[in-house]
Amino acid sequence: MSPDSAPGALGSGRDNIKATTMNEFILIFRHEDGNKVASPEQIQIWMKQTMDWIGGIAAQNKFVAGNGLPFDDAQVVWHNNVVTNGPFGEVKETIAGYVIVKAASVEEAVEFAKGSPVLQGEGNSVEVRRIAKGDGVH
Amino acid sequence: MQQQELIPHLFRTEFSKITAVLCKAFGIEHIEAAEDIASETFLAALENWTYKGIPENPAAWLYTVAKNKARTYLQRNRLFDQKISNHLRQSQEEDEEIAIDLSGANITDSQLQMLFALCHPAIPPESQIGLALRILCGFGIDEIAHAFLTNKETINKRLFRAKEKLRQEKVAIEFPGEAAIGNRLEAVLTTLYLLFNEGYYSECQDSVLREDLCLEAMRLTCLLLESPQTCLPKVKALLALMCFHASRFAARKDERGEMVLYHDQDSSLWNTELIAKGTYFLHEASQGNQLSTYHLEAAIAYWHTIKEDTKEKWENVLQLYNQLLQIRYSPIAALNRTYALSKANGKREAIVEAENLKLEGNPFHFALLGELYTGIDNRKAERNFRQALSLAGTAADRRAIQKKLDILSDQK
Repeated sequence: MSPDSAPGALGSGRDNIKATTMNEFILIFRHEDGNKVASPEQIQIWMKQTMDWIGGIAAQNKFVAGNGLPFDDAQVVWHNNVVTNGPFGEVKETIAGYVIVKAASVEEAVEFAKGSPVLQGEGNSVEVRRIAKGDGVH
Repeated sequence: MQQQELIPHLFRTEFSKITAVLCKAFGIEHIEAAEDIASETFLAALENWTYKGIPENPAAWLYTVAKNKARTYLQRNRLFDQKISNHLRQSQEEDEEIAIDLSGANITDSQLQMLFALCHPAIPPESQIGLALRILCGFGIDEIAHAFLTNKETINKRLFRAKEKLRQEKVAIEFPGEAAIGNRLEAVLTTLYLLFNEGYYSECQDSVLREDLCLEAMRLTCLLLESPQTCLPKVKALLALMCFHASRFAARKDERGEMVLYHDQDSSLWNTELIAKGTYFLHEASQGNQLSTYHLEAAIAYWHTIKEDTKEKWENVLQLYNQLLQIRYSPIAALNRTYALSKANGKREAIVEAENLKLEGNPFHFALLGELYTGIDNRKAERNFRQALSLAGTAADRRAIQKKLDILSDQK
């Protein structure tokens, strides 16, 4: 592979995956303790691993969307409009981000989740949930 | 004297200018008349100049003739309209002078507005490219057919249908309004990108013609940069991308006209002026907060202007492909990303991902697998190269893959 061996963009179809059989799944990253601070080097390594992981999903044309959820300024609104700082305090576990993927089955989505660098942290988890299609049936 | 060379050169540049200005003056429904008048003007030049010599200012001569022919056409057309509809009352207005403005500023404006008109969403992309080549670049039908590796009838039919569509849709030759310009510009950029690719990756053996296609795509992109409405970061990014690719023109072909793959290219043949120009426009494109696929592709192409295999280069290329694929998937980007992954993170990791790409019919997929398995599992490498060979669509690709197989068997 090289930049000069690429065929023209005309005719390079994007539809090599039948969208009809695909569902969308959200992978929710949970950190056991969002207050843990890693070294800048460690953060840089995680960043690269995350970008490569997402790139690998995108290279299969299965990436839909994704983003991180920064902890700073996080607020929680409780019953009776009580507002507390951050998700921390009583609950240690925090949501750090999410990725939405296309997958034929929940098993395939789970396989994607297994590759997430988040799982290197003990106690961290990735929750896999199918996204409702909004067609009134599912 | 040099007439033989002068006229074809003039034809391309002046044909497109005259056609755009006339079409703008007449309206899109008269697009064929505009083309005909431009053609007739050149016929007149051929007849005239052969005997009388080339005038001092050939362009001015052409403009005068074109204006006269345009006036005659309009008068005849009006007369015809009047006979049909019996609207004889308009006779006073007949003396009204029809202004055909062939000044530099109006030529640029007309060509830009034509570019937007031709890239109308109602027209399929390959027809847009054909129309752009004909109307905006002054290419002959046989040249377009040659570039698309098809015959004149197919191109004629395609252009005829596209012009019909322009008439039906009553596409106005004007700058789209503020609200629409974003979407319409996107379509224009796609067409220019495809036009460039058509030249860059075409199977057509005529390398002069192919380079001309690329240069025309670059000229039209530059034209967009001349207008404040379209002088935008992503347009600059597209131009940067084209400059970087075009810098390798001379190095891509050997003496026998055979394709030379990137890794085997003599980088001293790369055009440093175009690389510098590309770098300048990529830098200019980085203003603002919009990251387009053109930015990412231009940045990847920038890294490929550095021949040396460094960790930094491949890590950057990998991350750019990671981003590009999130915005817009394409099989070729997926394959190139996996190659960059092997360079940045190692072959074993890349093999796992390459096997997951599910691009079964794609010869480049198997060529990549062959490349990755080479030195790790040569038997698998061979099997993949053979698969690639059986799927390869072009003689050049088959030769490149065969070369890899030969190297493998030499190592046995």
